Amino acid sequence: MGKNRAFDVTTLPGFTAIAILAFVLLYAPIVTLVVYSFNGGNSVNLWGGFSLKWYKIAWENEAVQGAAVRSLIIAVWASVIATSVATLAALGTTRRKRFRGQTFIYVMINQPLMVPEIVTAVALLIFFSSVKLATGYSGLGYLILAHSAFCVPFAYLPIRARLEGMDTSMEIAAADLYATPWQTFRHITLPLLMPGVLAGAMLAFVISLDDVIITEFVKSAGQDTLPTYMLGQLRRALTPEVNAISTALLVLTVLILTAFFIITKKRG
Amino acid sequence: MRGSVHRRSSGANGWLLSLPALLLLLVAASGPLVIVAIYSFLEPGDYSGVRWIFSGDAWFRILFERDIFDQTVSLADANLSIFWRSVKLSLATTLVTFALGLPTAWFIATRPARSRAIWLFLITIPFWTNLLIRTFAIMEVIRNQGLLNTALIKIGLITDPIQILYTDTAVLIGMAYVYLPLMVLPLFAAIDRFDFNLIEAGYDLYASRMQILRRVILPIIRPGIVAGCILVFVPSLGAYVTPRVLGGGKNMMIGNFIELQFGQGQNWPLGAALSMVLLIVVLGALLIYTRVASKEDPHG
Repeated sequence: MGKNRAFDVTTLPGFTAIAILAFVLLYAPIVTLVVYSFNGGNSVNLWGGFSLKWYKIAWENEAVQGAAVRSLIIAVWASVIATSVATLAALGTTRRKRFRGQTFIYVMINQPLMVPEIVTAVALLIFFSSVKLATGYSGLGYLILAHSAFCVPFAYLPIRARLEGMDTSMEIAAADLYATPWQTFRHITLPLLMPGVLAGAMLAFVISLDDVIITEFVKSAGQDTLPTYMLGQLRRALTPEVNAISTALLVLTVLILTAFFIITKKRG
Repeated sequence: MRGSVHRRSSGANGWLLSLPALLLLLVAASGPLVIVAIYSFLEPGDYSGVRWIFSGDAWFRILFERDIFDQTVSLADANLSIFWRSVKLSLATTLVTFALGLPTAWFIATRPARSRAIWLFLITIPFWTNLLIRTFAIMEVIRNQGLLNTALIKIGLITDPIQILYTDTAVLIGMAYVYLPLMVLPLFAAIDRFDFNLIEAGYDLYASRMQILRRVILPIIRPGIVAGCILVFVPSLGAYVTPRVLGGGKNMMIGNFIELQFGQGQNWPLGAALSMVLLIVVLGALLIYTRVASKEDPHG
């Protein structure tokens, strides 16, 4: 209905043009950034022919190597920790009768989404600097802890969504067949929940990999991650090396997101 | 046994299972906020840190300054201009993203089901892409030798590049660019549930397009509009990376001003007090949002 009429009720004057413009504006800078990462010249402005030179330079730069390894170590730990605690919390807060304090738990879990990142960064700077002074430990542990915390809501949301879509009949059947609660969890609940857990872990990984502000404030000397390394490069003349690193991170993000959408789509 | 898997003392189990997450967030997210609140009432240390002496000075210095010689109190103009810039740029960002975001969300929501998923994915990619990368990308477009100026010179519209980078305009363009997906997604969610028969009914009753937009569409998708505006306004107000990269050193926003107190400024209590102000404003905005959302959309 309405489809074949000359006058389509779903179109509003100018809306399509503005929408197309918005998509162009959204992608033009990203595409430019990616194109210039293949620049054979030495500047981010002048095109000097196609080349993989800046990828090679970035790859062989020890500071970039160190930052890349650190970014990955932190992101892996943070997503494992955040996903583990988020899975438990999701099991504790879904598919059961509402209990006292449930709202408090929701607020706590979603807190990193509400508090401005700069405020959390400052708070962690103050807290961790006194812990560093008291214990003498200044390793990556602080960054892993901080990243784990702000990744919790991102891991929690897809796991909870998955749990809410699962009915309890399989678990009840398992219990009727004398499975212990642990067996039921291990062989029924967890396999059913796995797509949600994977999706949560992926989002947590991407969020950890992307973080700039909290990392910038919490890191000790020599603990740059890829984003804070790139931010530091701003003080010098920018070279297409930054474009090459950005493009690599971009590709990684798009790959993880595509996998995320495939996993979450399978549910239906 | 039936039904006992998840029913047994559900409150105690719920708390027990949530405990690891709560502990993690207490140590590395919520707990340290309490320390910030305490620090805002202390005296600054000689080089950095604090001295454990109670003082309301940091809170006083947010808005006022005291002359060192004759102790007269006046408004701290430098601080006020930073606050004003933050609020002004955040509001402008919200307006720009709304003007672009509403048609975009409408466009996506009115696509056929299959291509809709693709358009939505195209909005989601920038949303999840590193904020710093997107800020770099927009910087390369607006810099003096960048894409925009080169193109304008080529077509003969201007002869010398326009200085956009390191101005308030640059910060506005950058924030609108990085936060646009945050406006589109909630607007899309609202329009997606919209019943298009209402528009047909409106036209049948001889309403003009403008009347349909203002009297039918906008009131119904209002929760989505409020959500989008809050989701853009809140991170804009606390922005740090975008103003630092695109605004240069001069065009500070609150986030950069806070950082300054922990860096060169070396006034931790003032930085802590400013953080608390930002936190209170943001939580206030979120509170208004939950009020509006729960009143208008009891199921959402």
